[in-house]
Amino acid sequence: MGMSRKLTVVVVEQNRDRAIAIVDALKDSGEVDVFVIGAVSGLARKIATHSPDIVLIDIDNPSRDMLEELTIASGPMERPVAMFVSGAAGGLAKAAVEAGVSAYVVDGLQAERIKPVIDIAIARFHVLRQVRTELAETRRALEERKVIDRAKGLLMKAKGIQEDEAYAMLRKTAMNQNRRVADVAEALVTASGLLS
Amino acid sequence: MRTVSLPVAYMPLVDAAPLIAAREMGFDHAEGVSLDLRPAPSWSSLRDMLAFGHVDAAHLLSPVPIAMALGLGGIATPFSAVSVLSLNGNVIGVGQDLEKRLRASGYAFDFQDANAAGAALARVANGPLVFGVPFPFSMHVELLRYWVAGTELASTQVEIRTVPPPLMAQALAAGEIDAFCVGEPWGSVSVDDQVGALLLPGRAIWTCAPEKVLAVRTEWAETEPHLLGGLMRAIWRAARWLSRPESRTTASEMLSRASYLNVSSELIDRALSGEFTISSRGEQRHVDGFVEFFDGAASFPWRSQAKWIAHQLARRNGLDPTQAEYQAAKVFRSDLYRRELQSSGVELPGASEKLEGAIPDATAVASASGSLILPPNVFFDRRIFEPSE
Repeated sequence: MGMSRKLTVVVVEQNRDRAIAIVDALKDSGEVDVFVIGAVSGLARKIATHSPDIVLIDIDNPSRDMLEELTIASGPMERPVAMFVSGAAGGLAKAAVEAGVSAYVVDGLQAERIKPVIDIAIARFHVLRQVRTELAETRRALEERKVIDRAKGLLMKAKGIQEDEAYAMLRKTAMNQNRRVADVAEALVTASGLLS
Repeated sequence: MRTVSLPVAYMPLVDAAPLIAAREMGFDHAEGVSLDLRPAPSWSSLRDMLAFGHVDAAHLLSPVPIAMALGLGGIATPFSAVSVLSLNGNVIGVGQDLEKRLRASGYAFDFQDANAAGAALARVANGPLVFGVPFPFSMHVELLRYWVAGTELASTQVEIRTVPPPLMAQALAAGEIDAFCVGEPWGSVSVDDQVGALLLPGRAIWTCAPEKVLAVRTEWAETEPHLLGGLMRAIWRAARWLSRPESRTTASEMLSRASYLNVSSELIDRALSGEFTISSRGEQRHVDGFVEFFDGAASFPWRSQAKWIAHQLARRNGLDPTQAEYQAAKVFRSDLYRRELQSSGVELPGASEKLEGAIPDATAVASASGSLILPPNVFFDRRIFEPSE
């Protein structure tokens, strides 16, 4: 007990790979017991059974509001949990929000015990967020490429022109209308779908 | 005219309409601001986006800034509610199991009488009733608690759990909750998914419940008065536009877009028209003023509304009600509303407080031009809330 007791951390994360990445990073610090909760049904109750010191959840997780119930201690045996924002640690909380992780910390826990865990979580969520953004960007770029290719095909067929001419036409229209090439291509594909 | 881009967070709900219409109809540009609307994944994230300065304004549950001012719920950044975005707009619904038992008991689902609905539900409840709500600090919780306490449900064990609205239908189907109180379109979604039936509109409990507010950081309101004024006027114009019957179809289409609510416009139109389908049997019910954005000074942030909310929160959380009302009154900024809107021909009430629940019929009240009519303001139990001094 006392200062030597390991901290119990609950990570709420449905994606298995992301959960493993976070757990591994936290375990490397050697200071914590980590539990992962994947399913969202009965979330607050499941968290309470672990009696955690810290709960970590992705800021974009819609189930996060279920955790806000933990901030109101409804019974004498329950430990109120506060979102980690107050006092000197305020900068840390801002960094956490920016990294995309929200941390709920049991009331009264010393800042120096929390900081290493939150620091690791912030670093890990930063990496995960980058990966996710890159993935989304790649997917979007691929989708746009497909639409532009279809629009080029439509123009080539309708006007009997070459691929580079078709692309030049899309670009010129986009420039004139102050729109993105992908948006012009999408409008063309939609319109041609309606007309065919 | 040069416009200043203003990041504003919202939850994809029907009552985000004033923000969405301000942007889509160009009322924002007319006031020199350009709304950069950002959907939030949850109410807690939305609150944090505002508290940490990722956005400058937000569509927020009216009890949230008051709970924060009372030291409840963790975050302490001072917020100001500069206007009320909407009155009412929630529905209470039950799962199939309760629906069956209610029908067997002869209940007719009138979607109107809160006393009768409470009595009927109390009769068929066997064991504790679990209600899902979107957030622990919300008008949903306040209306539910007020209704339960004032009906025969008072002797039934009621538990309230937070369930994100998009997961409400699923939680009902899985039996994790028995019933819910949620903002549209999520009640109608549960009907269309054939997992729930609608019992009451929120306004059957209180006809003038301040549902969502336009919230800003108090410090931002002080440093950016011109942006604040532009934002408030743009949203006031959007609310006026929404109040015209001929705007309704356009508004439903606008909100239904994938970038906003991403549900069918027909579903959104139910809330805007008050024409509800309340069960999977297709029963139709009409509600006047299901959600109100404009009429009767709907957007005026009455200090007495803040005090009512604070009074309920204080009593449940062991705080001194009088002190809580005093703190809460400073959160609803009728002063800023007057300052920013008085020059725009907005009908401003003479007082900033009123007895809540004391207007049985529409009543003309003192205002700058003398032509302001306040709509009926009554609680289902006809009690009157007198704010403390």
